[in-house]
Amino acid sequence: MLKNISHYVTYTLFKLEHGTRLADALDFFVYDTLKIFLLLSVIIFAVSVIRSYFPPEKTKRILSHKKEFIGNILAAMLGVVTPFCSCSAVPLFIGFIEAGVPLGVTFSFLISSPMVNEVAVVLLFGLFGWKVAAIYAGTGLLVAIFGGLIIGKLKLEKWVEEYVYKFHNGQEYEITRQTFKERLQYAKESTIDIVKRIWLYIIIAIGIGGFIHGYVPEDFLLRYAGPGNPFAVPMAVLIGVPLYANAAGVIPIVYALMEKGLSMGTVLAFMMAVTALSLPEMIILRKVLKIQLLAVFAGIMTVTIIAVGYFFNAIL
Amino acid sequence: MEIKVLGPGCPNCSMLEELVKKAVKELGTDAKIEKVTDMLEIMKYTMSTPGLVVNGKVKHRGKPLPNLEKVKSLLKEEG
Repeated sequence: MLKNISHYVTYTLFKLEHGTRLADALDFFVYDTLKIFLLLSVIIFAVSVIRSYFPPEKTKRILSHKKEFIGNILAAMLGVVTPFCSCSAVPLFIGFIEAGVPLGVTFSFLISSPMVNEVAVVLLFGLFGWKVAAIYAGTGLLVAIFGGLIIGKLKLEKWVEEYVYKFHNGQEYEITRQTFKERLQYAKESTIDIVKRIWLYIIIAIGIGGFIHGYVPEDFLLRYAGPGNPFAVPMAVLIGVPLYANAAGVIPIVYALMEKGLSMGTVLAFMMAVTALSLPEMIILRKVLKIQLLAVFAGIMTVTIIAVGYFFNAIL
Repeated sequence: MEIKVLGPGCPNCSMLEELVKKAVKELGTDAKIEKVTDMLEIMKYTMSTPGLVVNGKVKHRGKPLPNLEKVKSLLKEEG
């Protein structure tokens, strides 16, 4: 079906000649664009319906007073499905701590939420196949679980700003009851909202795949961060840490790096570093965390993501 | 009418504030719009920002943002 449309656009609408390089590229571009947007819309819609059952207020209740480990696993998974705008990180953090969610468990949530999400997974699936998507999602969850566990074990509560632990709202936020129809409406609005935000990045990513494919010359990046260099992973991660983009925004860069010949593990580690750690998020979190805790958090994440990168390179 | 827009100052929160201003203007109602950026003050109402509070009642929280028509009808409910 989609193939028919892309053939139609290429050979009937644009009247390109069969077998030419440009025709192939356009055919591929239209087909991939349709495929990925279709996939994205369906998955974002489905995840949004699930998401409507897990508002932050409910997630907080589920995680409250959970034991470590089980709590970390749950928090990492809830991070994927709880709707959450990075600007909510601070109220969410205070709310979690007030409700008795352990510090390490709270971190598992904060780590997985921006890093593992439906947009990242669908894009990886659409562009690189299901194996890469599954490995990214799986290790992303592991990074969130273990990052949170380590922070919990280090007992760093002293480096949380004092007022957070003094804060007692005592308020149970009411959770709005929704009919299933309202949930579908929410999912529809949410899908449109997300697709509107990310469509351009995706077109660029697919464009890189379709048109630049094969044309990109080897250059210094490959020489310094290519598969032959044992330090490629730490270099990519250290470059990625201060950069900030959401999962969709980083995808064009990921595609371009792949085209330049960087290995999959290096590129995935780069993507994790960009989405999981960012300067703006650190500045927001500084309102509730002392600088020491932020440093430890950044350090643990950097080391874990580098380890994951080597692991990817070893198995992919 | 007393309207509070809750948010620490992210793009979504400013967008909601603009929407509310526009809605108030189009409805022609008399309203006081206050932007609340203090975290502990926000926490009195909600954990998910941006939030919209009208006469002390939480009318919207989190993403996605309501559109202009939705904001108008939320405001009308509190008339």
